[in-house]
Amino acid sequence: MKQEFTVTVYTENQIGLLNRIAIMFSRRKINIESLNTSPSEIEGIHRFTIVINEVEEVVKKLARQIEKQVEVLKAYYNTNDEIVWQELALYKVPTDEIAEKVKVERLLREYGARAVVIRKDYTVFETTGQREEINKLIAVLEPYGLIEFVRSARVAIIKASSGFHSKLKEFEKKEPGEEVIENEYLGKGDQVFTM
Amino acid sequence: MSTIEKTPAKGKTEKKPAVTNISGSVAVLEAFLAEGVSTIFGYPGGAIMPIYDALYDYQEKLHHILVRHEQGATHAAQGYARSSGEVGVVFATSGPGATNLVTGLADAMIDSTPMVCVTGQVFAHLLGTDAFQETDVINITTPVTKWNYQVTDATEIPAVLAKAFYIARSGRPGPVLIDITKNAQIQKFDYEGYTKCDHVRSYRPAPIVRKEYIAAAAKLINEAEKPFVIFGQGVILGKAEQEFLKFIEKAGIPTAWTVMGLSAIPSDHPLNVGMLGMHGNYGPNVLTNECDVLIAIGMRFDDRVTGRLDKYAKQAKVIHLDIDPAEVDKNVKTTVPVWGDCKETLPMLTALIEQKVYPQWLQKFKDMMKEEEDACITPELNPTTDEMTMGEVIKTLNELTGGDAIIVTDVGQHQMVACRYAKFIKSKSNITAGGLGTMGFGLPAAIGAKVGAPNRTTVAIIGDGGFQMTLQELGTIMQTEIDVKILILNNRFLGMVRQWQELFNDKRYSFVDIASPDFVTLASAYKIPGQSISKRENLKKALSEMLNTKGAYLLEVMVGKENNVFPMVPQGCSVAEIRLK
Repeated sequence: MKQEFTVTVYTENQIGLLNRIAIMFSRRKINIESLNTSPSEIEGIHRFTIVINEVEEVVKKLARQIEKQVEVLKAYYNTNDEIVWQELALYKVPTDEIAEKVKVERLLREYGARAVVIRKDYTVFETTGQREEINKLIAVLEPYGLIEFVRSARVAIIKASSGFHSKLKEFEKKEPGEEVIENEYLGKGDQVFTM
Repeated sequence: MSTIEKTPAKGKTEKKPAVTNISGSVAVLEAFLAEGVSTIFGYPGGAIMPIYDALYDYQEKLHHILVRHEQGATHAAQGYARSSGEVGVVFATSGPGATNLVTGLADAMIDSTPMVCVTGQVFAHLLGTDAFQETDVINITTPVTKWNYQVTDATEIPAVLAKAFYIARSGRPGPVLIDITKNAQIQKFDYEGYTKCDHVRSYRPAPIVRKEYIAAAAKLINEAEKPFVIFGQGVILGKAEQEFLKFIEKAGIPTAWTVMGLSAIPSDHPLNVGMLGMHGNYGPNVLTNECDVLIAIGMRFDDRVTGRLDKYAKQAKVIHLDIDPAEVDKNVKTTVPVWGDCKETLPMLTALIEQKVYPQWLQKFKDMMKEEEDACITPELNPTTDEMTMGEVIKTLNELTGGDAIIVTDVGQHQMVACRYAKFIKSKSNITAGGLGTMGFGLPAAIGAKVGAPNRTTVAIIGDGGFQMTLQELGTIMQTEIDVKILILNNRFLGMVRQWQELFNDKRYSFVDIASPDFVTLASAYKIPGQSISKRENLKKALSEMLNTKGAYLLEVMVGKENNVFPMVPQGCSVAEIRLK
């Protein structure tokens, strides 16, 4: 059964790598629902967060193929239960509407939105949350003349992760130590690609 | 931030004293020398002229073979890599020169052939301006390269090429493309010597070998009653032929090869039960679905090997030895994965298994071979028809070479017949476009194969269709005087497609009737001697003449027009449904 998976990829910061990773999906005719790529906590290492709808078997193979790329350090995949995730959204609405209607103010507080820019003609609000929360606020603001809306890609933290630093140290060593279990598999298939 | 590691690896190459003011082009050639490159296959052009200018002074040390088309250069480099076990090297210019490499790169990618291609590129300041002969070669070749990189600054060249060679030849080998802008080729910089690369942070050439998997695999093998070994090119790429023989001889297990695994062990080894796959042998295909433990070594369960996957070896426990973790479970669900280089893992496995023989089980393969002989092999090798068969040509060739020749094939019926019937006594003797099925591969690959193994007889077996795809490389053979024996098996059809049309499309022969020029006259225009024969009584003499002629030779053998290759696993059928006719 297809479900939402979040693929997390640690890579070198290299020109062309986005393409190399993107074509892994397009080659298999898998649509990328959301894609975030930005520097990780480690200098020189980028972190991709990619959301797709697929069956687990396909995602598992895909993660291995991605990890096989020379400049990819590690690829993980997780279901929504296994991650904490957020999106950020910006909403642009006419200021006079907001100023006049107390109800709107209350709504915004309810949704944890905060004003980023207030001008005479428009105000930009920002909120973070999951897909449905952000969508709800769109629906709420629409009657008040929502001018523009934008949503960021998903960013996600893997609940079970213990950090990438120690892993990276091992990658930098020529001969990885026994404690780096890359191919944990036998009888523990469910643990593959989780940190 | 660039990932090119500037710090040299410890204790490798001695650091030479700094040489100032060498150009990027010279740095490329110095890198080749340091990596042991002796031959380059290439074609010059505007954007790679500075490198060719530098090459003018390196002619003594670096042998450059001028091909007639860049695709030919890639296939020649592949042939070279496959016969020598070294990295094949290609030069091409930007734009059309670079796009012409794509087929060869794709072929090398799918067949794991180590290759480094260097392409020229327009000046860095012209990138993205649609300059003359500019093409986005990095993005075009991304899906068909193991790694690629664009150099715009000469100082990067030594480290980038070191990384290129390391990536191309380590782990599961593959093609690498380095695109160098013209300004970087010209640019002078302070050269500090060349340091070989032996580690890239984000790259793990081989997974860690896990002893517990090997123990689990050995246990399965020791408990098996009908074990079956199937192996591919991984044994050859891993240079693990001896380790492999020790393993099967101790285990006593019947062993079958894939097309890419051919020649890794001698054809007549008592445990060699033949070839797998669509046109493989009867026993190995049928008994795949009868064995209790299937041991796959250095092979990737291609669909041409497995046939219908949901009916493939479902009864068997599967042990898969592979250097590429992504191959495990990709197509066939594995019971025990043995990840690692088989040169390392096979001896560990051999140590844990019991010495055994399976006479009854082996007999089953032999019985099925007898059936296949009666139905397919005898009519093919000893035909009673007037027209010659491809099989009898290969059989006669075997008799004359004793199996000591490199057989390079193109793609189609002749390829399958050659793979089925050619005899091998040495590894790296079978060179063919297995995964990609590239028609036109044969002739240029044979040129490279001969250069890579100059002391071995090299026979290019090619169909009339495939030969016409890259026949311009006859010019390369003429100019470089390469001793390639060209054996064209001419059935006046695009035979494999015709066979499918006969069997599955009610003989609707749609555009498979191909006319050919007079190949012998054509060859003579290139100063290559040859002859064409159509009568059986001339076959042996003609093949002898081909083999005994000094230098290149073209022999065209007219064979039956509508002969089919059998056995055959029709597409979408299980391996057990293999047809003998």
